[in-house]
Amino acid sequence: MHDAALDGNAASGILGEMFVAEMTVATTTCATCGAVALVGRLPAYPRAPGAVLRCGAGGAAQIRIVRGPARAWVDLRGVQVLEVGLDSS
Amino acid sequence: MRWLVATVAETIPETRVAVSLRLDVLDWPGHRAGQHVDVKLTAEDGYSAQRSYSVASRPGAEQVELTVVRIDNGEVSPYLTTVIEAGDQLELRGPIGGYFVWEGDDTRPVVLVGGGSGVVPLMAMLRHHAGLDHPAPMRLIYSVRTRSDILYRDELDRLVNQHRSVTMTLTREAPVGWSGHVGRVDRDVLSQLAWPPSEKPRSYVCGPTPFVEAVADALVALGHDPADVRTERFGPTGGG
Amino acid sequence: MVMVSRGFQGRWRQPGAGLIPPGQYLVDEFPVLTARPTPSIDLEDWDVTVTDETGARVARWTWHEFRALAVEESAVEIDCVTKWSELETRWTGVSVDTLLEEVDTDAGYVIAFAERDYTTNLPLADVVEGQAWVALGYDGAEPEAEHGAAARPLVPHLYFWKSAQWLRGLRLSHEDEPDFWESVGYQNYGDPWREQRYWGD
Repeated sequence: MHDAALDGNAASGILGEMFVAEMTVATTTCATCGAVALVGRLPAYPRAPGAVLRCGAGGAAQIRIVRGPARAWVDLRGVQVLEVGLDSS
Repeated sequence: MRWLVATVAETIPETRVAVSLRLDVLDWPGHRAGQHVDVKLTAEDGYSAQRSYSVASRPGAEQVELTVVRIDNGEVSPYLTTVIEAGDQLELRGPIGGYFVWEGDDTRPVVLVGGGSGVVPLMAMLRHHAGLDHPAPMRLIYSVRTRSDILYRDELDRLVNQHRSVTMTLTREAPVGWSGHVGRVDRDVLSQLAWPPSEKPRSYVCGPTPFVEAVADALVALGHDPADVRTERFGPTGGG
Repeated sequence: MVMVSRGFQGRWRQPGAGLIPPGQYLVDEFPVLTARPTPSIDLEDWDVTVTDETGARVARWTWHEFRALAVEESAVEIDCVTKWSELETRWTGVSVDTLLEEVDTDAGYVIAFAERDYTTNLPLADVVEGQAWVALGYDGAEPEAEHGAAARPLVPHLYFWKSAQWLRGLRLSHEDEPDFWESVGYQNYGDPWREQRYWGD
């Protein structure tokens, strides 16, 4: 189904610019179909022209990122809940 | 995460079309085995191109090593394999990707399945395993088209010991005297070489997208938990 | 300060020298950028529709009917927001004027909707009078059946993300509806000659 897609891991550069937490091992709950998955395994289109990460089950766009020269925009409408790991210290 | 300046310390030909670059990276924070970097090249007129490359060196190595396979009509790989030389500089960002890493936290067996240039991040894991003298059993299944495509051949021969095994399989010509496997990495090959699901191995599969999808599907069909099968797809052809 | 890598050229390109919009590089072959998996479309089931501002469907063509409409050839320049431009790309397609010929509307906007969730919004004034087509073929090639119809609205005077792939229809609207990219930072209008790439440009 996702023939042109890479893994979410391939978007870790731009995700790393936007988020402090390590995003590829964070988990999303899809706002459209409820599927839960590691961000690192979501089908990703890193240059679409912006970056898009889709749900691996239903295909809905979960995360969209557009990066301008001095600002970036992050759309997380497709994510109901994002769960991130924290250092326990 | 900002762009770091990297200076080429050494270029090492691996095959007719592949080169390893050893880089001195200012302010390199260290990395985990399996991670990659984004490399940015800028031309005189300001035009820039970016590609991702897996780090081949083990965590703790003094220099960051990337192995680049030249793709015909590629935009970046021909430059990195035929033009760049010691003393030249490029920018890189990273390390990135916490999903496709092996850290040696436990002694679960590890299956590494690499297609073509997909062996690069797996090599970082093998080198890390060797550097730690780690007790977890680790197996590499490495699929290439022909013998001349094999990366790190001598080193892979040296890394084989009781805790580490390497199986190479050629999908095209098998030269006279070839004692390795011939053919695709399919369910039969994996059921012979990967540990059974009952041993709960960790699997890492990397290479061109069709290869990764076929191998990951086969591992899951053999009963491995999808959560234990980590993948890194390099795209339809595997590079650029 | 930008760090230049000695000897790096990159893909063949030229500076625009007034030929192409500011901030762009001229290339001779554009890369494929996509935000979605390639849909598998059965051409027997495919159609493209025009819906007016009341929600009523006012026109529909099946693949065969669509191919029978007057097809024009055009050679246009395309500009992508990621900075490459290509001159003289050759397309064959149906003018949007042809599609809207029988449609009576006073809507100000048209939303082009495509397979899956991609939509892009355009002022109606920007797609009529010979400014836009629904393209069926690029560089003389027919789209292959197994790749589905390569029907895309082609609006060369705006950034190329407005030329969505795998078109399914045009919906006329009194309201502008920024969607897939326009609601996430890409400029609502997208005029390359005024470098309208992002919000605030």
